Amino acid sequence: MNADPHYTLYHPRWYRRRVSVWWWLQNRSYTVFVLREITSVFVAFFALVSLWQLRALAQGPEAYALLLARLGRPIFLVLDAVAFAFVVFHAITWFNLTPKAMVLRFRGKRVPDGVILGLNYAAWLVLSAAVAFVLLRG
Amino acid sequence: MPSTVALTVARYRPEQESAPTWQTYEIPFRKDWVILDALNHVKDSLDGTLSFRWSCRMGVCGSCGMKVNGTPKLTCATFLSDYMPGPIRVEPLDYFPVVRDLVVDLTDFVRKLARVKPWIIRREEKPPGEGEYLQTPDQLDAYKQFSMCINCMLCYSACPIYGLEPGFIGPAAIALAQRYNMDSRDEGAAERLRILSEHDGIWQCTFVGECTKVCPKHVDPAGAIQQYKLTGATNWVTSLLLPWGTR
Repeated sequence: MNADPHYTLYHPRWYRRRVSVWWWLQNRSYTVFVLREITSVFVAFFALVSLWQLRALAQGPEAYALLLARLGRPIFLVLDAVAFAFVVFHAITWFNLTPKAMVLRFRGKRVPDGVILGLNYAAWLVLSAAVAFVLLRG
Repeated sequence: MPSTVALTVARYRPEQESAPTWQTYEIPFRKDWVILDALNHVKDSLDGTLSFRWSCRMGVCGSCGMKVNGTPKLTCATFLSDYMPGPIRVEPLDYFPVVRDLVVDLTDFVRKLARVKPWIIRREEKPPGEGEYLQTPDQLDAYKQFSMCINCMLCYSACPIYGLEPGFIGPAAIALAQRYNMDSRDEGAAERLRILSEHDGIWQCTFVGECTKVCPKHVDPAGAIQQYKLTGATNWVTSLLLPWGTR
């Protein structure tokens, strides 16, 4: 593109506002957005705990019992509860955003957002039920 | 309802001051007035030095975007009555350099828009004698929403990513790229994807979603970007699995 020769890119007299460090407190949706991004830390935390469990499981029953005793401490219970709340928040906020990214067309018409959302939640329920079945069977 | 309302306007006169200041005007309250009417009243009757942009006053030209009480709005479509009893605070759009008072410089956007090639690209043009490129209503429907953009820049002002990463191509330009990608007559999607998969393109977006909320024309730029990411990711996987098949 031809740049206008008379245009001054960094005009000294133009005022440029700096973005405040607290921009995410300016309105509610920014705050929700930042909270949603932070949830990824807790998702990572759950993943690490699962890996830790797997390692203990591989090391034998004693190591696993020791780990379970450690995870039963009050500090871990509180951390787990907080992490769980954030992970649920993570799941729900991302699920609610899926219709934006997924545009399905059926017979030339766009499938309504509610249907895509409903299908996602249904798949989540079915998978959760399957996992619960496997875990609680024994 | 009171008969007047306080309109607090950001003033920046570079020959007088080094940072914007606020100036309050007491204006008559009328139920049928929008913010732009109030600004025009100030300009005509109270203070002729106030600068702001406007043209069509009917939500088509996209010139009168400003922040009203902190939210990016088209001032020609924002009624005083929604902000009563006031005061009403009007300031220039965020993240663009302020030239004067409520006027911002949009050169950055215009350059970015040109980068995404917002026109129909054909590998080979058909000779005019063969007639026009036809399109069914369904094919029109696939991109029509994205074509409603009036370049009012409310979405840029609502996008904290654009504020923090000024290189980001931004919501409107990406939505307009998507408008041409979805057009059945266009064959330039691969070309645009190359540009938009770069560092400053779609992957800068972290889906704040505010651009879609402030859009006065229901373009849904956030949706356009996420759909584009899906295309980009699919394309990447395909090129990884079938390196010879994509081009």
